[in-house]
Amino acid sequence: MSREQRLASVFVELADTLVADFDVIDFLHTLTERSVELLQADAAGLILVDPHGQLHVLASTTDQARVLELFELQASEGPCLDCYTTGQPVVNIDLAEVKARWPHFQTATTAAGFRSVHALPLRLRGQVIGAMNLFCRTRSNLSDDDLAVGQALSDVATIGLLQERTVRHSEVIAEQLQAALNSRILIEQAKGVLAERTGIGVDAAFAVLRAYARSSGRQLGAVAAAVIDGSLDAAMSQSLGHSE
Amino acid sequence: MAGARDGLPERLCRTCAVAVPVNGVGLALMTPTRHGGTITATDGAAALLEDLQQALGEGPCVDASRDERPVLQPDLAATGTSRWPGFTARALEAGVAAVFAFPLQVGAIRLGVLDLYRATTGSLDRLQLAEALAFAEAASTILLHLQDKAPSGQPLHPQLAEAVDSRREIHQATGMITVQAAVGLAEALLLLQAHAYSNERSLIDVAKDVVARRLRFAPEDDHHE
Repeated sequence: MSREQRLASVFVELADTLVADFDVIDFLHTLTERSVELLQADAAGLILVDPHGQLHVLASTTDQARVLELFELQASEGPCLDCYTTGQPVVNIDLAEVKARWPHFQTATTAAGFRSVHALPLRLRGQVIGAMNLFCRTRSNLSDDDLAVGQALSDVATIGLLQERTVRHSEVIAEQLQAALNSRILIEQAKGVLAERTGIGVDAAFAVLRAYARSSGRQLGAVAAAVIDGSLDAAMSQSLGHSE
Repeated sequence: MAGARDGLPERLCRTCAVAVPVNGVGLALMTPTRHGGTITATDGAAALLEDLQQALGEGPCVDASRDERPVLQPDLAATGTSRWPGFTARALEAGVAAVFAFPLQVGAIRLGVLDLYRATTGSLDRLQLAEALAFAEAASTILLHLQDKAPSGQPLHPQLAEAVDSRREIHQATGMITVQAAVGLAEALLLLQAHAYSNERSLIDVAKDVVARRLRFAPEDDHHE
């Protein structure tokens, strides 16, 4: 199979994964493995930067601690960090420059047996979320074709990750909506319960609920639930006694 | 009130009615167990369908939300009576011949329903169904968007809160009845619904009477626990 054919089948595979039962970690692992294969690297890792600027290795082709450390080291210096900050590929840097720019990183890389390192940005429409890190045991340069392939793979990774984030954000908002709706209904019901128990109007009952929530530091929804299940009976009566 | 504003929910419903096409569209919130309140409806019949489902606790949208899939009733007169007797009779009276209810959810989280109705019988063809499903997706997105944009300090976006507020007497009356009849919330609502149904009055009107203390519910001697 020629590289073109292999390339095509890899992209079909990745596209299929994106739409079918999507498991983001599985997907990213596949991506790093295919990257190593197609770019003739020896190790690859996908690094994500969280909202606090912390680097996290999301997927790696190897479990070797020495290699994982190389990813983590880049939290303070290295091609990945530069790649993330600039949003540009950091590739084909010659050894002398590597040593000059990232001395600690260079020492660790050489000790781990690698001679070349490249970083490609994970970015979508101006948003950079991390980098794809490639390590080679031999001195290697990425050709323009290699760069294009590498960036395309990184772009696919970004799409998958952002899709996952959107889904999770939607779930959080949906849960908030559901909870807020239930709470709102509960509050109206509690107004009725309190009004009936104490012989006051529903608006007056609402004022009591709010005053009690404020003075006890509890959420209105929680106070409402407690009024309904009867656990706040005594406290409510006291509250009313004081307000009159 | 429904349709008076020109916000996203209103525009979605109007566009949906034209696009599918159907005679009217209603958008409502749903809790895990029941109708949570109407956000908007394009016309009187659509609004009535929502009110009926909220008042009776039965109907295509209730089933659609519970079963987590669309409920398509191309001929309500033929198939609705056995499933939702109370709802079907009143809906037919209002000139509704077909109803298509689409649940709005994010994963397993149920948010609401989009109810479409026609004054003539007939199914949605494949393209129309696809169109309706696309609008249901958009409606979910709009609900999430509104909630996401709720002003800080407000748990619910005002337009979503309005869906509850416009029928707040129903919930207040339910609370009052739990004390009056010494029953739980679910049973209190059933008592309220039963009274409205058997007296052929709207649920909201009966609820307002309870809140204004013109109507009381006593503990029933023979009510089942």
